[in-house]
Amino acid sequence: MKTISVIVPTPLRQYTEGRDKIEVEAGTVAQALGQLTSRHSALRRHLYTEDGSLRSFVNIYLNDEDIRYLEDGEETGVGDGDEIRIVPSIAGGAATVLGADQVELSRDEIRRYARHIIMPEVGLEGQKKLKQARVLLIGAGGLGSPASLYLAAAGVGTIGLVDFDVVDYSNLQRQIIHGTGDVGRSKLASARERLLDINPEITVERHEVRLLSDNAMEILKDYDIIVDGTDNFPTRYLVNDACVLLGKPNVYGSIFRFEGQVSVFYAREGPCYRCLFREPPPPGLVPSCAEGGVLGVLPGIVGTMQANETVKLILGQGEPLIGRLLLFDSLRMKFRELRLRKDPDCPICGENPTIHELIDYEAFCGVTEAALEQQGLQGQVPTITATDLKARLDAGDPIRIIDVREPHEWNICNLETAELIPLASLPGQMNGLDSTEDIVVLCRSGARSARAVRLLQEAGFRRAYNLTGGLLAWSDEVDPSMPKY
Amino acid sequence: MKEERSREVAERRINLILSRHILAKIRAHVEGAYPEEACGGLLGLVRDERAIEVADAVSLANAREEERRRRYLIGPGAVVELERRAEAANVQVVGYYHSHPDAAPVPSAFDREHAWPWYIYLIVSVENGRMARAEAWRLADDRRGFISLLVGDENRATIGTQDR
Repeated sequence: MKTISVIVPTPLRQYTEGRDKIEVEAGTVAQALGQLTSRHSALRRHLYTEDGSLRSFVNIYLNDEDIRYLEDGEETGVGDGDEIRIVPSIAGGAATVLGADQVELSRDEIRRYARHIIMPEVGLEGQKKLKQARVLLIGAGGLGSPASLYLAAAGVGTIGLVDFDVVDYSNLQRQIIHGTGDVGRSKLASARERLLDINPEITVERHEVRLLSDNAMEILKDYDIIVDGTDNFPTRYLVNDACVLLGKPNVYGSIFRFEGQVSVFYAREGPCYRCLFREPPPPGLVPSCAEGGVLGVLPGIVGTMQANETVKLILGQGEPLIGRLLLFDSLRMKFRELRLRKDPDCPICGENPTIHELIDYEAFCGVTEAALEQQGLQGQVPTITATDLKARLDAGDPIRIIDVREPHEWNICNLETAELIPLASLPGQMNGLDSTEDIVVLCRSGARSARAVRLLQEAGFRRAYNLTGGLLAWSDEVDPSMPKY
Repeated sequence: MKEERSREVAERRINLILSRHILAKIRAHVEGAYPEEACGGLLGLVRDERAIEVADAVSLANAREEERRRRYLIGPGAVVELERRAEAANVQVVGYYHSHPDAAPVPSAFDREHAWPWYIYLIVSVENGRMARAEAWRLADDRRGFISLLVGDENRATIGTQDR
């Protein structure tokens, strides 16, 4: 064994505690490098490829001779006092050929993608770009289903999915990646199986977590394009901000009832979501799909448009929806397009950004506060459970039951003895109620009825009670035949 | 995981300070080389973990013999020579610049494959012969992506897109 020194170049000194010269004992160049990387293990990935060979841009000099030109290469013997020097070469180039020298298409793949490859806008080069692309879908639900199915079929090499839900019967009306047999399964397990069935050539990466400020950067950073299919404002702002901070395009879609929106938010080239909506709407103002409903076909249309934009971004073809918001009205069957401008005062992508890292998005969207308020309200008003209500009705107690839902909800299910007074019309109909009677107010889940009881209390009704958990609880506790929606 | 994230966010906020006249020098070089890729070294000082100041840009020959419109190479000999030059001027080689002719100034997979940690990679897009944008990047520790740095001029005003 000889004592020799290894000279470490500036970019690698962060892994050697700042030292530029490391003394090692070794018989050959390979042993010397082995010693170096076992002592400073973080060096390994920068010097060697995954299969253990020296990276092409890493040059090793033994006393000013490039070992590639020495007969024994890395096995060249060393003598006391010899110096091994790691010298960088610097290489790179534009993205246009990134597919060409790194991925190949098999015969099977060429056959599979033939309809793509014969178009000059895609060609072999474009298909290789698709294969090399890494796309992350946030949500494997209404939008994520059609988007991921088409991206998988198109040959996007790596598809990441973020979701933590299980498949529910109420999903099947629009989330076409899942089948009836998948109810109760993890959405990611079900989606992955379906995607690999469509295209076994691709890789599906699962992130079975709720996307949060704590993990978003970590998850998003490994992907080229993010497809946002979330159904709530906190996650939408979180995805936007993480994409801006990481410099990644965000292919955005949203749906509500019969209307959809699509855009590409890419702060490097145009506006971001915050340029369009600086702040979220007050909680409760914009209902979610669970509350307001959605036409099942709509996410199919919006999600495939997101897939379309994603493929275009990968290919570098056409005009992406950057700086444009596409609005779709499925009842009128009309598309409208709004021009979006980058807001120079945008707090995250503007000229003087004030947001430099991810924040608490639940608090930003007022969700926490609203939930607390709701809980508080439900805690404050007098309540009755479904079981107790049933017992009192069976005992023949005179109780007036007011259902504050909407008429179309009434048609889905109701209690026979209840009266329908939608929440909005309650203030006008209070004079028809008797404050000396016991009144039980109900809705689907107990939230609207809590507000109704509060209104009644304020109007002097002392004997109004909220049905805890609403008709959902009634179905659970009293009458399983009552449908839940 | 949290620690790594905050470190990444902190790294993103590193400023690369690049004076207008050095940017003009880079511009002349990359526009002159169009439609081929041009490359060079960045000499400067690491002020602290948050600010790196470029003192000079040195144009270097693209050692690639083919595919020069989309590839560049600076060989080890040129790197060693550049380091000697930096040492003599009491500065460091803080990174390298190269152009992307008619392509976005965003690192390609090829760039990532070949990138060194710590060095700053300034990428300049040249569209139809005119410099369009300049953006600075640093390889993430796990080699799976790049972190974008803020590029500012001597007055720390953000630059990069105003030359479009």
